Amino acid sequence: MDTTPVHAESRGVRRQRSDGPPLAIEAAGLARRFGATHALAGVDLAVRSGTVYGLLGPNGAGKTTTVRILATLLAPDSGQARVLGHDVVTEADAVRRRIALTGQFATVDEDLTGAENLSLLGRLAGLARREARVRAADLLAAFGLEQSASRQVKAYSGGMRRRLDLAASFLVHADLYFLDEPTTGLDPASRSQVWDIIRSIVAGGATVLLTTQYLDEADALAGRIAVIDNGRIIAEGTTGELKATAGSGSLSLRVAEPARRTDASRMLAQRLGVTFQAGADPAALTATIPACASGSAPAEQVATAITELARAGIGVSELALGQPSLDEVFLTLTGHRRLSNQTTQEVTS
Amino acid sequence: MTASVATDTASPAAPANPPAGPRPEPPGPLTASAVFGWRALLKMRHVPEQLFDIIAIPVVFTLMFTYLFGGALASSTARYLQFLLPGTLVMAVLLVTMYAGIGISADRSKGLSDRFRSLPLWRPAPIVGALLGDIGRYLLAASLVVILGVAIGFRPAGSAPGVAAGIGLLLVFALSLSWVWTTIGLLVRTPQAVMSIGTVVLFPLTLASSVFVRPQTMPGWLQAFVHVNPVSHLVAAERGLMGGQPAAGQIAWVLFASAAMVAIFAPATARLYARRP
Repeated sequence: MDTTPVHAESRGVRRQRSDGPPLAIEAAGLARRFGATHALAGVDLAVRSGTVYGLLGPNGAGKTTTVRILATLLAPDSGQARVLGHDVVTEADAVRRRIALTGQFATVDEDLTGAENLSLLGRLAGLARREARVRAADLLAAFGLEQSASRQVKAYSGGMRRRLDLAASFLVHADLYFLDEPTTGLDPASRSQVWDIIRSIVAGGATVLLTTQYLDEADALAGRIAVIDNGRIIAEGTTGELKATAGSGSLSLRVAEPARRTDASRMLAQRLGVTFQAGADPAALTATIPACASGSAPAEQVATAITELARAGIGVSELALGQPSLDEVFLTLTGHRRLSNQTTQEVTS
Repeated sequence: MTASVATDTASPAAPANPPAGPRPEPPGPLTASAVFGWRALLKMRHVPEQLFDIIAIPVVFTLMFTYLFGGALASSTARYLQFLLPGTLVMAVLLVTMYAGIGISADRSKGLSDRFRSLPLWRPAPIVGALLGDIGRYLLAASLVVILGVAIGFRPAGSAPGVAAGIGLLLVFALSLSWVWTTIGLLVRTPQAVMSIGTVVLFPLTLASSVFVRPQTMPGWLQAFVHVNPVSHLVAAERGLMGGQPAAGQIAWVLFASAAMVAIFAPATARLYARRP
């Protein structure tokens, strides 16, 4: 199967990168207002073919608006975007012929059954009646929904709806998949299923633009990530680069004997140059570790410090060095904490 | 209703079979519209309640007015029924016209129209399809009222051809009126709002018309309203056709009003649907 997008140069447009595969998405200066709200205030994106690109940000940051513009559902007020070599405004139909979209809310018809939904969307994608029915049955089986194929979707659980919605994106071939928060509100098992599905899409050679509120999700799936906040891209790079920008991790440990906690705290503070907080648990200590405190990596420094504690006869019963959370990445990048009460927010409406 | 919780048989997802071959050609305008029409019929099958809610009103009105007021209004229930039935037929069908608008609004608020709009389809196909589905709804509502009428003594002088012509004209007007509701469906936020607006507009229009009584007995200001009310013209045209004495003027008026509604609201719907933020 040919997954190479129509090359930009064949349409007389400059290629932005000379190395590596061509760009599946290239956007410059996308802006869009809704009334007085600047949903997007100048977004640039470059997504290579055959990769998963993560668009990371809190609710209302502009993720969905970006996806809607790139998927031809919304025209930008200013800026340009080319998807698979086609302009999203002037060549919208050419774009629509090669993309698949899965929205944040499960976009299936609740009154119809799972099988009817897939048959309907298959017919709309250009399959003949019989083909559409066969393909629907195949996909229902592949997504573990065959037992509920003739049930109305309103009786489905959240995870089942999401799987049906994803299955609808597989009815026909697409070169680029827009997955807008495909795991928001899912239980862990369904979430990992969706992750597998996303990996299989890319394994097939297609490109995925994934929006998410979760750093671990972007970390697990995306090669590159753009962090979006208030309608702007505030950071872009690999997950490793982003965490380095955020520049901190959290260290938490429990000493074997609570009585030695103060000693441990003093020694670690001296060694690592950070202040430790004593938690309610009489044995617990936590601290934020800067990325490059003294040239070497945090994990190395922590390991050395723990060895010294052991030499001094202070036992450590638990130790965890966490990566910076999205919260911390945000705090560093924007100077404000936007995610604090949104990471647990359920999708409503 | 019986508990109908679907079972989640989540086997590990193995969507290992990617779609074979290149993407097929997208369907043309006719096929796409027909598929959306099929969807509307499927929805009717799955949610028959919505239809019965709407059908119940004209049936109740027909029976109630015929037997309760028929004697008083026309000195005989049988005679009053000949006058009333074309009116309740109009009422039955007009009250169903808002469903296309409600459907469009529901698709939008649930994000379904985003999926449709991301497909390379003829843009108006979802709306045209919904209206095709509406024809089914209108025919069902109309047959129900006519069958009920005949069962209780409706004997139109125009007989079957007159009734068929009447239903045909009613379909033309109802389909044209549907565009008004699709426009409103794209302007307001929720399907419930479309329903409320529809009810608030349609009930006064159908009641303050010549559906139930001749306007001669009404006060002057109300007569003035009844005379400009499109429903009165439609009912007059229906009475003419079913009574075997077609009134060319009234029929022309109905056709003109239909054309005007389509000319204004079909492009408005198309523009709103395409431009939706």
